[in-house]
Amino acid sequence: MELKTKIHAEDNRQELTITREFELPLELLFQAYAEAEIVEQWMGTKVLKLENKNHGSYRFETTDPRGNKHYFNGTYHTYVPEVKIIRTFEMENTPFDVQLEFLDFESLTPDTSKLTMKIVYRSAEMRDQMLKLPFAQGINMAHNRLQEIVKKRN
Amino acid sequence: MESRRDVFQAIADPTRRAILLLLAAQALTPGAIAENFDSSRQTISKHIQILTECELVKAEQHGREILYHVNAKQMSEVADFIEAFRKLWDERFNKLESIMKTYKSKK
Repeated sequence: MELKTKIHAEDNRQELTITREFELPLELLFQAYAEAEIVEQWMGTKVLKLENKNHGSYRFETTDPRGNKHYFNGTYHTYVPEVKIIRTFEMENTPFDVQLEFLDFESLTPDTSKLTMKIVYRSAEMRDQMLKLPFAQGINMAHNRLQEIVKKRN
Repeated sequence: MESRRDVFQAIADPTRRAILLLLAAQALTPGAIAENFDSSRQTISKHIQILTECELVKAEQHGREILYHVNAKQMSEVADFIEAFRKLWDERFNKLESIMKTYKSKK
């Protein structure tokens, strides 16, 4: 089966590209980025601020299973509806530096569309660290599960 | 590429990840592995089979017993991590797609 979401990340580079084709018309795909209510649903986050304009900014809040709150923010450098978004993204209170994101939206057919998201990190090392994050979280989840199992036995 | 995807499918399951972590600490018999889980021995042996098939773990005859241990070489190949990153985005975008599909029908 053809993968819907693709990652292109060359060795020793400080950027990567995520591409995804959607079974959605372009306007609906873009709407998912423009409306706070919808962003909250698919990103699993609370939207504190979302200013859809050049030089506008956004801020999200998520709560982890332990009840800790995490904040994310960024600024829109360029905001052209149904064409492109250029923005920064930063996780607050983490050692990770701000990253620059180029989102290009295009229509493929009246019913399908494509998103190309290029992310540029401060360094190649930082990119690799960010790439490893979901994997590390998966391992953490396994660790937690293991701890639960051990607790149950004792 | 094909076999790598199998590997990630294998570690996508939390029970199989827990088995890998157990085996990372020490080689164990199938029975000893199963003792760590609430699931039936049959279920666990199915998980072990999947891990063996994609060569994440290896069986070794030890006297009358079979011991399973982690195949370190294969595990380090997993370390390019990209698939886990891809999956995170894929799941996110799948959610976006399904939300917008119902959004469309509401109109």
